[in-house]
Amino acid sequence: MSLPVQLLWLIPALPLLAAGIGSLTPRSGRGLASGAAIVAMAISFLLSCGALATALAQPAAHLVHNFAWFDLGGSAVRLGWLLDPLTAFMCVMVTFVGTLIFIFSTGYLHEDANFTRFFCFLSLFAAAMLGLLVANSLLLLFICWELVGLASYLLIGFWFHKPSAAAAAKKAFITTRIGDLGLLLGMLWLYDSTGSLLFYDGGQGVLEATALGGLVAQTTIGGLAVSTAIGLLIFCGAIGKSGQFPLHVWLPDAMEGPTPVSALIHAATMVAAGVFLVARVYPLMSADQGLAHVPVHALTVVAAIGAITALLGALIAVAQSDIKRVLAFSTVSQLGYMMLALGVGSWVAAIFHLLTHAFFKALLFLGSGSVIHAAHHEQDIRRLGGLRGPMRATFATFAIGMMALAGVPFLFSGFWSKEAILHAAHNWDVSHLPLYAGLAAVVLTAFYMTRLVAETFFGSPRSEEASHAHENSAVMTVPLILLAVCAVLLGFLGTPAYPWLQARLEGHTEVHGHPIFEGAGLLMLSIVLVAVGIGSGWALYGRRPRANANALDPIEGRLPGLFAVLRARFGFDELYAATVGRLNTAMAALSDGLDRYVWDAAVRFLAALGEFGGVVNREADEDVLNGGFDATNDRLRGTARSYSAAQTGGAHGYLRTVAVGFVLLVLIVMLGGGV
Amino acid sequence: MILTPLHLCLLLSSALFCIGLIGALSRSSSILVLLGVELMLNAANLNFIAFWRYGPNPAAGTGVLFVLFSIAVAAAEAAVGLALVIAIYRHQRSIRLQDARRLKG
Repeated sequence: MSLPVQLLWLIPALPLLAAGIGSLTPRSGRGLASGAAIVAMAISFLLSCGALATALAQPAAHLVHNFAWFDLGGSAVRLGWLLDPLTAFMCVMVTFVGTLIFIFSTGYLHEDANFTRFFCFLSLFAAAMLGLLVANSLLLLFICWELVGLASYLLIGFWFHKPSAAAAAKKAFITTRIGDLGLLLGMLWLYDSTGSLLFYDGGQGVLEATALGGLVAQTTIGGLAVSTAIGLLIFCGAIGKSGQFPLHVWLPDAMEGPTPVSALIHAATMVAAGVFLVARVYPLMSADQGLAHVPVHALTVVAAIGAITALLGALIAVAQSDIKRVLAFSTVSQLGYMMLALGVGSWVAAIFHLLTHAFFKALLFLGSGSVIHAAHHEQDIRRLGGLRGPMRATFATFAIGMMALAGVPFLFSGFWSKEAILHAAHNWDVSHLPLYAGLAAVVLTAFYMTRLVAETFFGSPRSEEASHAHENSAVMTVPLILLAVCAVLLGFLGTPAYPWLQARLEGHTEVHGHPIFEGAGLLMLSIVLVAVGIGSGWALYGRRPRANANALDPIEGRLPGLFAVLRARFGFDELYAATVGRLNTAMAALSDGLDRYVWDAAVRFLAALGEFGGVVNREADEDVLNGGFDATNDRLRGTARSYSAAQTGGAHGYLRTVAVGFVLLVLIVMLGGGV
Repeated sequence: MILTPLHLCLLLSSALFCIGLIGALSRSSSILVLLGVELMLNAANLNFIAFWRYGPNPAAGTGVLFVLFSIAVAAAEAAVGLALVIAIYRHQRSIRLQDARRLKG
């Protein structure tokens, strides 16, 4: 079965339809709303598999189907669908993970009163994400991009009666909007320079040689090539959406949404959008690589941002105590990895890591959702503990996810994708700093994930809620098991020995593997680092479990200053509140003052002027104009009265008058001698 | 003064006109007023015929045609006039013209 590119729109259209159904379903129609969403997503998954088959049949081709949206004067705004291995793999991942998350949600939210609304938003989110993937036009991509932002706002703020959730939704929306402004500007500039927004259009698209050659040839402020400037502006959008430094602050707060939303946002959809965007416009981002004299290459900036984010996220995750927040910062860190891979020139490694990460991070989030659901919404790992016994399936799957994320060698997918990124960073000839940041993050990742698992599942329960926890129903554990299987198997699609996935993404039909132990030094180093991370984590948290919920963290006991800084997330939120937030407040106060005392005063003055003019006008009207009209009317009335007296109503009188007139006429004619 | 046939005809029509005028001015029944009006009209028709017959071009049929038109118009006018009379009667149960003073300005 293969899906032609002309029908690619069906993939996002089905979840959109489900969203429509969900929005029209009354609250009592729980089965209809969730059923429509899951069925639509499952069919989309099958269609995506068909699309994958089409794409793999000719992996080097960019199959497109373009059409005019509307005419604007002489030119037409054109949109289109694009099918290549990148789109196809992403679609399969999003629909598969999405389906499992939808199924999990029916269990997680079955007590919520707004169940139907939730599924409506989820479907909308999935539809927007899939639309973004199949778009062949930066404009269509941008539209879907904003829809993803809207849906994430609705979902993060799903429990909007909690003030923290409402604030988190607002924060996510506004923070990503800052990046979106860059994307919008980049898009406008691109259209201005090339006259098109289609990616591939038979040689006319913006990602094809003609347009790129033109963009590279021009320079703009600071000696940057235009392609670099546009690429960096587009990258701003990716920074916002993918939670990169310095706009990463919204992502941990987005944990206020229901846990399946966190899984969807942090695994399959929203944060993946930024990485996907950079991978999609990779020809544009890398167009300036051949230029020697430019001050900076676009990809160098991407690599730097990615390296900073990878390290920063991992550091902060070490000191968090909310199970979801640890995972959130780990997402920030892993997204940094992907950006790093894009920056050092290996976009296939980035997409490989994106795919594997999608599965094991969805697994981890759903696992944490399972824990939270079982422990009556207790999320603090200091108050959990000892869940290994009562929640066997959750523990086993969570442990697989943890090992995949930490990069435990050979068996788990995260190891292979992380290895691909580290190799790419190693081969980058500009600088080795990203490699060192990546290696440091490897240790930290292994460390904080071990801490998370040890605190949550080992030891003894440290609160009333945790001690009463028991395993959830099959609707929640089966998706976990499926995801765990994928978290293991997916890695074997892209091992160095047989890099099938990478080859297909790059458009090759044959696969050139090389022995695993080529470049074994780096491989051994990262295995050792993972072992160090897990070992130190176990030594600090596993061997001697926390005694009670109020006990000091082992690091907190030894390095209280460092721990406080990490726990406070380096104070980014406070920094932004003190600078951007305060500036905003001051501007608002200034605007308020201006409005109240300057513009309002001017308006009042004008109003008084108008009132005065009205009084003058009325006086003139009543005394001068009206007097004249009244006099005229009186005269007219008098004349009319005298004329109407002649109208007696008697027909004889009229006849007589006619006769007299006739006689007079005759007399005049006769006396005048006219005849 | 020589009385030509034309003069005789004109005298006849003048007499007819005067009878009609006097009838129209003096009678109070609106039907009789209409009758007077018809008489005056026919006086005019007689004039048409006379001027045609004794005019410079008696061979052309214009005079007769004109009179035929005039009679046709007079018939329509009589129909309207009688309808008016009936309407007046319905309104005030009388056809006396003196009673129909509604048109007073």
